[in-house]
Amino acid sequence: MNLEPSADESGEEPRGPEPRGPEGPDSPERSDSPERSGSPDERGRPLGRRVFLGTLGLGALGVAAAPVLQRGLEGFLGAVSDNDPTGLTGLLPNGGGFRYYSVAASVPVRGPADYRLTVDGLVERPHTYTLADLRALPQTRLVRDVQCVTGWRVPGTPFQGVRLADLLDAAGVRSTARAIRFTCFDGTYSESLTLDQARRPDVLVALRMQDKDIGHDHGGPVRLYVAPMYFYKSAKWLSGITVTDRVLPGYWEHLGYDVDAWVGKSNGRTDDPTG
Amino acid sequence: MTPPADPADLAHRPGPATPPAGRVRRFTPAERWTHRATAALMGVCVATAACLYVPELAVMVGRRELVVRVHEWAGLALPVPVLLGLASRAFRADLGRLNRFGPHDRVWLRAALRRDRRPASRPAGKFNAGQKIYAAWIAGATLVMLGTGLMMWFTHLTPLMWRTSATFVHDWLALTVGIVLAGHIGMAVADPEARAGLRTGTVSPEWAQRHHSLWRR
Repeated sequence: MNLEPSADESGEEPRGPEPRGPEGPDSPERSDSPERSGSPDERGRPLGRRVFLGTLGLGALGVAAAPVLQRGLEGFLGAVSDNDPTGLTGLLPNGGGFRYYSVAASVPVRGPADYRLTVDGLVERPHTYTLADLRALPQTRLVRDVQCVTGWRVPGTPFQGVRLADLLDAAGVRSTARAIRFTCFDGTYSESLTLDQARRPDVLVALRMQDKDIGHDHGGPVRLYVAPMYFYKSAKWLSGITVTDRVLPGYWEHLGYDVDAWVGKSNGRTDDPTG
Repeated sequence: MTPPADPADLAHRPGPATPPAGRVRRFTPAERWTHRATAALMGVCVATAACLYVPELAVMVGRRELVVRVHEWAGLALPVPVLLGLASRAFRADLGRLNRFGPHDRVWLRAALRRDRRPASRPAGKFNAGQKIYAAWIAGATLVMLGTGLMMWFTHLTPLMWRTSATFVHDWLALTVGIVLAGHIGMAVADPEARAGLRTGTVSPEWAQRHHSLWRR
């Protein structure tokens, strides 16, 4: 190192009222003054530390104020994205639109040839449905908002499929049954509902979303749709419906999320209901 | 801070610290490796974040579990190079320089706001005012990302409400960091001699005088 700080004293006015130009006044006659020790780099106020601590403080404040900020931003961005031909707002946090999410390393693709949905557990008539079987059953179409527990909300999204209640009735639920466990062909995800929740008319085994067959990325060909609950309840890639005698918490519930995930009345959130 | 030393003595000290003829030493190997390691970890964080966040990339890349693990560990490791770098006296001295704002920094900032690009209007020591603000901000932002990231990672650490809030801050700050980083990289791309400083440790005296006129005074 031949560039130690304080190598030379021919600097600027350390506390002068006038900021100096780059060439700087040479004032060697004052270079013995004690406050002039050090290069220009070493003098001055410790503002860097304040910027650093200020950033940390703003981060903490952001976490504290997030619920309010988030609601405001969602409203604003929702309005903007309605008039955004570029679609760029869709990439912003809370900018609207669905986010791809999966907890599995990779998910196999299933189609009409190899998709199967099994209904078993505490039922009189266990049954396995193909995609064609499900499509042949009476369909229900619902248009509701989708609300994710992390904050994003997609307004007015149509889902269409078979009422879960119809499949349960067809299987003949035994009297000891209390709950349903859902499993998925990603091999990892699971979900649960109580029997009463599962029999609601706004709970579907969905085949279509946004009036299109559900694609693989959105959990197709068949996913669960639990309209009044946070979207993690609407398990993607649904492959198994098992009737159980008690609620078996699913993937996210093991990580602390509520089993009874009513939008606006669970998980510490106050979103507008979607049911 | 290092005590004042005789510049003549230091300038003629032989050994590996002596720069090649006609070059000015700007960064020590320890500082360069600190920057390299930090840049690499930040790059991994940004790339994995993009694969988790941008739907098209998420679908294309898949392997979500793996990508999440890489992102988490790269983020956790991100402050480590700087902490190790603290063992270097030169690095500590540069942190001191980054911390201190003198009157010339105000001149620099004013020129930057006026878009006045003439070097004569932008006096700077070893680091200019923009670099000082960037360094302090990115350090703070990294720790905010780390804190909010840990809240999202260890779900039992904090109440659920906080986790949602942490996600919100993590998302928006990630976007901000991405934009600021792009500016940082863009300025480096536009200044080959500044990159040479971090690659080789030395810069030309002309560059030093032009962009950091107060540095070697």
